[in-house]
Amino acid sequence: MSMISFIPNIIFAILLSVGIGYFIKNVKKLTRNIKLGRDVAVSDNKPQRWKNMARIALGQTKMVVRPIAGLMHIIVYVGFIIINIEVLEIVLDGLLGTHRLFAPLGAVYDFLIGSFEILAFLVIVAVVVFWVRRNVIRLQRFIKPEMEGWPKKDGNLILYIELVLMFLFLTMNAADFQLQQLNAEHYVKAGAFPISQFIVPLFEGMSIPQLVIVERTAWWMHILGILAFLNYLYYSKHLHILLAFPNTYYGKLVPQGKFNNVASVTKEVQLMMDPNADPFAASGEEEGEPEKFGASDVMDLNWVQLMNAYTCTECGRCTSECPANQTGKILSPRKIMMDTRDRLEEVGKNIEANNGEFKPDGKELLGDYITHEELWACTTCNACVQACPISIDPLSIIMEMRRYLVMEQSAAPMELNNMMSNIENNGAPWPYNQMDRLNWVNE
Amino acid sequence: MSEGLVVKTMEQYMAEGKQPEILFWVGSAGSYDDGAKKISRAFARILNKANVEFAVLGAEESNTGDVAKRAGNEFLFQMQAMMNIEVLNGYEIKRIVTCDPHSFNTLKNEYPRLGGNYDVVHHTEYIKELLDSGRLSVEGKTYKEKRITFHDPCYLGRANSVFDAPREVLKKTNASLLEMKRHRKTALCCGAGGSQMFKDPELGDMDINVMRTIDALETQPDIIATGCPYCNTMMTDGIKAHEKEESVTVLDVAELIANSL
Repeated sequence: MSMISFIPNIIFAILLSVGIGYFIKNVKKLTRNIKLGRDVAVSDNKPQRWKNMARIALGQTKMVVRPIAGLMHIIVYVGFIIINIEVLEIVLDGLLGTHRLFAPLGAVYDFLIGSFEILAFLVIVAVVVFWVRRNVIRLQRFIKPEMEGWPKKDGNLILYIELVLMFLFLTMNAADFQLQQLNAEHYVKAGAFPISQFIVPLFEGMSIPQLVIVERTAWWMHILGILAFLNYLYYSKHLHILLAFPNTYYGKLVPQGKFNNVASVTKEVQLMMDPNADPFAASGEEEGEPEKFGASDVMDLNWVQLMNAYTCTECGRCTSECPANQTGKILSPRKIMMDTRDRLEEVGKNIEANNGEFKPDGKELLGDYITHEELWACTTCNACVQACPISIDPLSIIMEMRRYLVMEQSAAPMELNNMMSNIENNGAPWPYNQMDRLNWVNE
Repeated sequence: MSEGLVVKTMEQYMAEGKQPEILFWVGSAGSYDDGAKKISRAFARILNKANVEFAVLGAEESNTGDVAKRAGNEFLFQMQAMMNIEVLNGYEIKRIVTCDPHSFNTLKNEYPRLGGNYDVVHHTEYIKELLDSGRLSVEGKTYKEKRITFHDPCYLGRANSVFDAPREVLKKTNASLLEMKRHRKTALCCGAGGSQMFKDPELGDMDINVMRTIDALETQPDIIATGCPYCNTMMTDGIKAHEKEESVTVLDVAELIANSL
């Protein structure tokens, strides 16, 4: 065999390594950015965490709360996972110079290829439905203000890529099937083609070399498309296909109503309440800057919250369930997640531009991305947390930012300041005497 | 005592050298808010009827700090919590019942980390317990022909998965129970949570309580039942906004049961 015949294998190997290499680079960026977050204790209760991941991410249990979107999503999801078995064959064929390496599996192979085709067809149907929901029916949650521009384009682009990939896959199979029937050299008779058989008539009258060109073109474009898509993820809301798994694993395990207690506050309060405490005792261990209460920027959030931001696929279920948003307030939990990610990306780029060190840029998540008005509109009702199909917690970010506003800036709305001073003065949110607490009995 | 209620404080129990079965955590709303005080009285009536030995803290009770915490004031919350924990632990309180889901949530979930470990139940759960054990029986005539819809309080339902107890208890009124389209986990908030109760809402095109009242009115109820003093206020205002106060009343589960004894 001459060297020439290896050229496609070599080209393939190079493209594959470039594709995967670039993807790894993106994953590194992603983990670096996520690690900018504060540490958080999430190593407890592993069995429950695995169970949640299996149930919510793998089992898609929260997707089907909305049946149409849920069913369509499951089709695309199963299609994605199962068709990847075919991608394995394609990669091996590309590297080894073989054709349909798994063909010796016989009937099993026929079954596999047949089911891939049916799935590919169903994926096309689902993608079309998704596109119609976004662009023709224009469902409320897809046309909210935060979806203008790139997020809207991103959503559609993903659908187009998926559509093109499925068509390439079916075209490749159809040409292959026709070549098999023409007894073309190298084209082993294998596979079942329940869907692509309907494309075959288009190839009627084409010669074997022409068909080989069609088949090879579709084959190359399909695998290159997949590699390109893999690298598109980092720039897209579509990262959820990977991050949904760790995100559901690290999701909240305690009742939704249980908010964390700020540990640094506990220390200070204990000190204040203990009459025997030495007021200077703590200063020894707390050299340097005192810890900041709450969050005004992404570095003040914990890493799970930052992962949440990258995981968000902007479906908007949170926003559509949010009572504030439904009644016309500007708060949108989805926007909280999108802003967090945008700011985190900005910080990441800043770090890259400054040799690995963040240079203050005069901007913050609070104020430059998320306004006070959004934060104060939240009722902490947990509807957004409940609605998220992959365990994202926008409320925890809102709470951290409220903490910053109140504890670092004393910037609560005036009525709330009144309420809080009432609690401080007389142990109730209203200006009533604590001695009157039992008056209700006799009224 | 207009209703002849017997309500003793922990201090009195201590003086008698006795320990009550439960501590009734009245909460700030239950102590001072006119609507919520009726709920406190109704619940006390139920407890008296079932001969439950219960205590209140009275002037020794202070705000749980929940609303300060949701507003972002973790300092004030923890100060309040630690003060209350000192009192509760001093009296060796084991079991707490409260009519306020916000107190319920914070006492149950957020106090333990600060040293306050109690068995905390919501009053609807406790009434169910009394009914199940036969300590309380309900005649169930008052609301027999009525239509009742229950509004899930966020901090009872979604936040702590207590959905069934209030519904089970309401069955005893013999009224027809109707579910709103959004109920249980997908129930819409009344608009009071997250310290909204104490401030004006942000600019929007509707108030949340008005929207939630639409959900309730769609079931064509005679009564909207709640299990939270704040929801009670919000839904009552919502009914007024829809000018339905003549035909629809808002009552707490405790009031409905107390009126059905």
